[in-house]
Amino acid sequence: MSISYTSDEMMTVAAARMLWNGAVCFVGIGLPSTAANLARLTHAPDAVLIYESGPIGAKPTVLPLSIGDGNLAETAETVVSTPEIFRYWLQGGRVDVGFLGAAQLDRFANINTTVVGSYEKPKVRLPGAGGAPEISSSAKEVLIVVKHSKRTLVNKLDFVTSVGFGTGGDSREKLGLSGKGPVAVITDLCILRPAPVSRELEVASIHPGVDRKTITDSTGWEIRFADGCGSTEVPGPAELGALRDLMARTARAHGVEWEEA
Amino acid sequence: MAEWVTLAEAIATHVHDGDSVALEGFTHLIPFAAGHEIIRQGRRDLSLVRMTPDIIYDQLIGAGCAKKLTFSWGGNPGVGSLHRFRDAVENGWPGPLAIEERSHSDLANAYVAGAANLPFAVLRGYAGSDFARVNDQIRSVTCPFTGEVLAATPAVRPDVAVIHAQKADRKGNVLLWGILGVQKEAVLAAKRAVVTVEERVQTLDAPPNACVLPSWVVSAVCEVPRGATPSYAHGYYERDNVFYKAWDKVSRDREQFASWVKRHILETQDFAEYLLLQREAKEQATLT
Repeated sequence: MSISYTSDEMMTVAAARMLWNGAVCFVGIGLPSTAANLARLTHAPDAVLIYESGPIGAKPTVLPLSIGDGNLAETAETVVSTPEIFRYWLQGGRVDVGFLGAAQLDRFANINTTVVGSYEKPKVRLPGAGGAPEISSSAKEVLIVVKHSKRTLVNKLDFVTSVGFGTGGDSREKLGLSGKGPVAVITDLCILRPAPVSRELEVASIHPGVDRKTITDSTGWEIRFADGCGSTEVPGPAELGALRDLMARTARAHGVEWEEA
Repeated sequence: MAEWVTLAEAIATHVHDGDSVALEGFTHLIPFAAGHEIIRQGRRDLSLVRMTPDIIYDQLIGAGCAKKLTFSWGGNPGVGSLHRFRDAVENGWPGPLAIEERSHSDLANAYVAGAANLPFAVLRGYAGSDFARVNDQIRSVTCPFTGEVLAATPAVRPDVAVIHAQKADRKGNVLLWGILGVQKEAVLAAKRAVVTVEERVQTLDAPPNACVLPSWVVSAVCEVPRGATPSYAHGYYERDNVFYKAWDKVSRDREQFASWVKRHILETQDFAEYLLLQREAKEQATLT
C-alpha cells in the first residue's frame, strides 16, 4: 500500500536517491538544495553539502531561501570566503557531485541560465551563470534536477552557460574539462542518462504512472528510450515523511509562502 | 586611517559620478544603507560591479545611477527576477545598461587578482560555453610550464568598494564574520573603501585569524545600525524574506517602483528614517 504523492515529490525523492552517503556535494539553490538536504535527512546523513557562498558541511534545519542564508553558516563545519570555495574546493578537485538546476537543457545536458532569445536583445533575461559553469566542469560528476517541459528540454539552447557533453561524443573530453560531466538528469517524469558513446540523454527510468508519450510530447527533441529502460521505485513513507516535514519546517521558518525557486 | 563620518559624508567624499563601484556582500551583509545613500545623492554613470546584483542593484539601476553592470548572477534570491535589471537590459529603461557578464568563479578570482595587484585572473573555466562570444574580455593564457590553456580575465579594480560589517573599533578597524563573500578582496582591490557597521565598539576582541580589515585600508567608516536590511547581519538580525518577496511586486511596474524610491529613499533623510517608514509600513501590513 503506497501513499499518494505528487510528481514534484517523486522528482525530489528520485534526485535525493542519487546522492550517496559521504558524497561531497556542491549544491545549487532551489530544487538541488531540496534534494540534497532530503538525501542528508534520509539515507545519506554524512553527505557533505557545500554552498557557493562559503559554508562547507552545512546541515540546515530548514531549506535556505537564498544561497547564503544564515542557517547554512550556523550549521556548517566551516565557512570560507567565496574565492576559497571556488579556488581550493571546487577547482581543487574536492567535489564529488555538483547538483544543478537549469532554465534550459539540451540533449547533451548543456545548460542555459543566461538568456532566452538573442543575447543582445533577449526575450527573457535570466539571472546568469552563478557558480554553474565551473561546477559543471570541475565536479567529478554532475546531477541535474529540472521540471520536464518542452520549454525547458529544448532542441537548441539560446546560450550555453554550463557545458555538459558539448556537441556529444568525446567533445567534453576534447574541451579538457576535468569532471566526467552529467551522469543523470532527474525530472518530474523520468530519469535521463547519457548514452554511452553519443552522450545524448535518453530515458533510463520512467516514474510510476507516466507514459512514454507524455515524455516524448514534453521534450523538445526526439527523445530516445534506453534499452532496458525501467520504472522508478515509488517514494517510500520514510522519504515522503522526511520531505514533507522539511517543507513544512521551511514554510514556518521563512514566514512566507514557500515556493521552489 | 579610516575616518569615522556619517554615511552621507562618506558617499559624498568617496563615490563620484562615473566611478566604478563595487558594493559587495554575498546574500549576507549587503550594504543597503550605502546603496540608498548613493541613490539619495543622485550619483550617475556608475560602473557597478557585484557578483550577485540582488535587490540593491535593482534599486540603483532602476533609479538611473548606473551605465554599466559587471556581474555573475542577477536574480532576486529565492523569489525570481530582478525586474528593474531586466527592464534595463531588455528595454533600455531608464537608460541603456552595458553589461559585462562573467561567472562567480571568474569574478571571485578577478577580485583576488585585483587585491593582489595583478592584471588578470587565471582559472579553469568557460571552455565550451558561449561567454567568450559575448564578452571579449574573456580570453585565454597558456601555462608556460604545462602548456594547459586556461581562462584569463581582467582583474577587478574598482574606484571604490562599499561593504557592511558587524563592528568597527574607535580607530576604524573593521571586523566581519559569517558568510564573508568577497568583501575583503573587494576592499583590497579598490582604490577607496567605505564601510558601514552595525556598531562602533571600544575594542574588537577579535580572535587570531578573524576577518579584520585594518583601519589603514579603509577610507571611511560609518555606524549604520541595520544597514544591511533587508539582507541580514549574522549575530544581529535575520534576512527579511517578506521584503524580498514583496519587492517582486514593487519592482515589476515602473511607476510603482519610481514612487517607492521617491517615498522611501529620495524623500527620507537617511537610512534610519527609511527603517522607520518600513516599520510603519509593516505595521500596516503593506510595503508600498
